[in-house]
Amino acid sequence: MKLVIAIVRPERANDVLEALYRAEVRGLSISRVQGHGGELERVETYRGTTVKMELAEKVRFEIAVSEQFVQPTIEAVCEGARTGEVGDGKIFVVPLDRVVRIRTGETDTSAVTPVGP
Amino acid sequence: MSLAAQLPARVSAGDTAWMLVATALVLMMTPALGLFYSGLVRAKNTLNTFMMSVGALGVVTVAWAVLGYSLAFSHGDGFIGGLHYTLLHGVTLSARAGTRIPHLLFMAFEATFCIITAALVSGAVVERMRYGAFLIFMVLWSLLVYAVLAHWVWGGGWLQHHGALDYAGGVPVEMDSGFSAFAAAVVVGARRDYGRQALLPHNAVYALLGAGLLWFGWFGFNGGSGYSTGHGDVLAFVNTLLCPACTLVVWFLLDLLLDGKITAIGAATAIIVGCVGITPAAGFVSPTWAMALGAIAALPSYAMILWRPRTRLDETLDVLAAHGLAGLTGILFIGLFAQRAWNRVSSGLAFGHPRQLLWQAIAALAGPAYAFVGTYVILRVLGALMPLRVAEAEEAVGMDVVQHGEEAYTSGEGAILVIPEAGAEAELAVRQP
Repeated sequence: MKLVIAIVRPERANDVLEALYRAEVRGLSISRVQGHGGELERVETYRGTTVKMELAEKVRFEIAVSEQFVQPTIEAVCEGARTGEVGDGKIFVVPLDRVVRIRTGETDTSAVTPVGP
Repeated sequence: MSLAAQLPARVSAGDTAWMLVATALVLMMTPALGLFYSGLVRAKNTLNTFMMSVGALGVVTVAWAVLGYSLAFSHGDGFIGGLHYTLLHGVTLSARAGTRIPHLLFMAFEATFCIITAALVSGAVVERMRYGAFLIFMVLWSLLVYAVLAHWVWGGGWLQHHGALDYAGGVPVEMDSGFSAFAAAVVVGARRDYGRQALLPHNAVYALLGAGLLWFGWFGFNGGSGYSTGHGDVLAFVNTLLCPACTLVVWFLLDLLLDGKITAIGAATAIIVGCVGITPAAGFVSPTWAMALGAIAALPSYAMILWRPRTRLDETLDVLAAHGLAGLTGILFIGLFAQRAWNRVSSGLAFGHPRQLLWQAIAALAGPAYAFVGTYVILRVLGALMPLRVAEAEEAVGMDVVQHGEEAYTSGEGAILVIPEAGAEAELAVRQP
């Protein structure tokens, strides 16, 4: 089991969701975060005040998957999130010690396997 | 010196007082429209959408004073006015012919109509059209499309000559903006994500408040279009209360019938549709028929708003449905139910004057046709000279940041102050008290 964490552009978040859906990856959380990954800073001006926006809006995906889904998940996120410009984001894959599905008490691999229809 | 001595001959103090207020009321409708529209777009495009209306307050007013007013209202031929009032030459404080208000005030009141009509068209192209290109478009459009249609029905043009009736702008404002928006959506093209993603309104409260302020301003819009405090103005004013109320009720019923829930965005839209419907007919139909008009006007607009998003036409904020169709309904309604007993001008078919319906129908064909073709040609020419829309990647980031370098909802987190150069700083320090 791995936790796949992906930080992507907010405007690509829908494309990532679509790609994950096509790759049959189900069960994920997203959150809005701010971050900086080396892209050019935006300059904004409010009356006389000019500021550099160091932090850009990003969307963070957290997807817990079983081993055979790690690679498809990474591929789907890359497909959905890539624009080719600096600032497309990162994917972090980290090991998971334990997973519990609260409703049933199932643990580990069966807990990250979606319930069949 | 007494007050009466300050008034030029034939100018009425009462009429002038009301028209000063009415002009300010109509001017307020443009930022109200900006608020309404900005609530209907995504958060990242809030400012750009609002600024399209604010832009009209600047560039269209200037174009109107320099040339537009003359093209609409000075003596010309049946198609377009002359150049007699260019740069407001000869527009003085003496009474405008046919009214008892100063000519200068008449010009200002009509300016506010041109401003909001140009701003209305932005609804078709928000979230993708370049701001600079839209400003240039509004200038050309206000001179070549709005001024011409205003001349047709109010400035001595052919429709007015033949007795077509339009109290407050069914032809030059409502059908004009609606069908111009249609053409603009065709030329500029759909948003990048249209039909692929759900593109939802980001703040329904803005839409409701914007619609409410528009209704408030509309009392000046319709109530001032008789240029006086006479009975036509009182009738138009009260009809502006009654008609949109009926539209609102019918819209609620349609919402209930089709979805089981009364919606806020629907209510905001219904207010606009009702106000638009009564605009051409405001001073011509009885209060009872105004209520009937409000109920009827809801139907075509509601149907169009349901149907349009299923097509490939990204006429984003449904200007065609809310203004084009409702304006057309109102224009035709005059031909059916105008009553000489109320308006002292003419009756419609139902009250023994079928010819009125003929000319209303001609206005309902000619106005939209000219608006569509005129807008289409202007944008095609403009599009050959400069890009009309931002790049796809910029559209994805959002118009506020890309076009204005500002955000509507900035948190300030991660914002680093750019310190001005030492020289400039010293200069600032000197100016501090």
